[in-house]
Amino acid sequence: MKTISTHELAQGVINGQTRAIARAISLVERESAGSVELLKELYPHTGSAYLVGITGPPGAGKSTLTDQIVKQWRKAGKKVGVIAVDPTSPFTGGAILGDRIRMNDLNTDPGVFIRSLASHGSLGGLSPAVYDTALVLDAAGFQYILIETVGVGQTEVEIVELADTTVVVTVPEAGDDIQTFKAGIMEIGDIFVVNKGDRPGTDKMKFLIENMLELVHLDWLPPVLTSVGAEGIGIDAIVDQIEKHRVYLSTSNTFVLDRKKSLQKKLAQRLQQTFIEKVIERIFTNPEFDNRLTNILNRHTDPFSEVDHMIDQYCPWLKD
Amino acid sequence: MERKIRVLVAKPGLDGHDRGAKVVARALRDAGMEVIYTGLRQTPEQIVNAAIQEDVDVIGLSCLSGAHNTLFSKVMELLKAKGAEDIKVICGGIIPPDDHAALQAIGIDGIFTPGTSTQDIITYINENVTE
Repeated sequence: MKTISTHELAQGVINGQTRAIARAISLVERESAGSVELLKELYPHTGSAYLVGITGPPGAGKSTLTDQIVKQWRKAGKKVGVIAVDPTSPFTGGAILGDRIRMNDLNTDPGVFIRSLASHGSLGGLSPAVYDTALVLDAAGFQYILIETVGVGQTEVEIVELADTTVVVTVPEAGDDIQTFKAGIMEIGDIFVVNKGDRPGTDKMKFLIENMLELVHLDWLPPVLTSVGAEGIGIDAIVDQIEKHRVYLSTSNTFVLDRKKSLQKKLAQRLQQTFIEKVIERIFTNPEFDNRLTNILNRHTDPFSEVDHMIDQYCPWLKD
Repeated sequence: MERKIRVLVAKPGLDGHDRGAKVVARALRDAGMEVIYTGLRQTPEQIVNAAIQEDVDVIGLSCLSGAHNTLFSKVMELLKAKGAEDIKVICGGIIPPDDHAALQAIGIDGIFTPGTSTQDIITYINENVTE
């Protein structure tokens, strides 16, 4: 396999070459040598893509809806990137990434790029790789980037920080199951969709969500839509509401503020990671560290004083 | 971050027998690999496009309908045409021994027919995928 320079790879991405894009995503996902240089070179070329998140419980039909929504955007001549995130097995570290099954027709469309990512055990949250992958697709010229994740645990909240519009998908059977609407999910959806809407309980579910939304004071009142993804019913309305939300964001004061907030979180994440690698690892692998632990366990000292001592020793500038 | 091996498990053509492919997919996942499973009725073009976008290390083709000679060679041709011959291709299913030499000649080295242990496939992939 011919090895190419980071610069050549970046150029390939900017020129929209499929293999380069795929390689670049692998590079940033693995945080291999050159990934930071690559992202630095690509960053000035990002900022024009619109990010849409789709989340919800397993089996809600997110992949099918993704397929349908992408097709609509393609009809409008837009280039679309799809990032499909599936969970990594916490026991084996492997993953089965099966979202592509529902997007067969898009496979040979040159205006669509689909990449499956494993969540890498970020405790249900989004791995940093998702953000970096979105940057690569943005730099490659994709106008819409759809990020599909399974809504379990923290994933829903994470996706809101990344996406401009977040679509929450559920099914009629969730019915009385309040678990589906654990605290937070009401605040993260910009659009709610009750999929598999040909099944009984659809109206009840729609009513339930609308009621809950009325209790929360919001500037943008999220629409509650119904759809039958497998038959392409209700897709127009979803696409339409995404556009409406986009317009709303562009005229609202909070848009830049929100983007700044999520950027801040990203920077915090990277700083934390660097601190852990450069400072904490250094402290923990120092031979005398074990003595510290022994002393604490023997009650010759305590964890709190030891933290102070470690700061004095390793990063005294923190106390300025 | 630890580099994971990525494998595309694909069923080209009209063959509907996917149990074997699913068993292999699960075994590879349990061995710590990331498996992209694209389901039934894939065209060679769909398989190659997916393999390139997903930047996989290996494509595993499964065919039990007897159409392997035609379909597998189409996949190899497309990989070459798109400059992606570095992706390793292995296969399984109902592949008569008489056909093995021809498949190996077009670059499919790993042929895993009924009776193969999944561990053999895992070992083969681990040994043959280089960084």
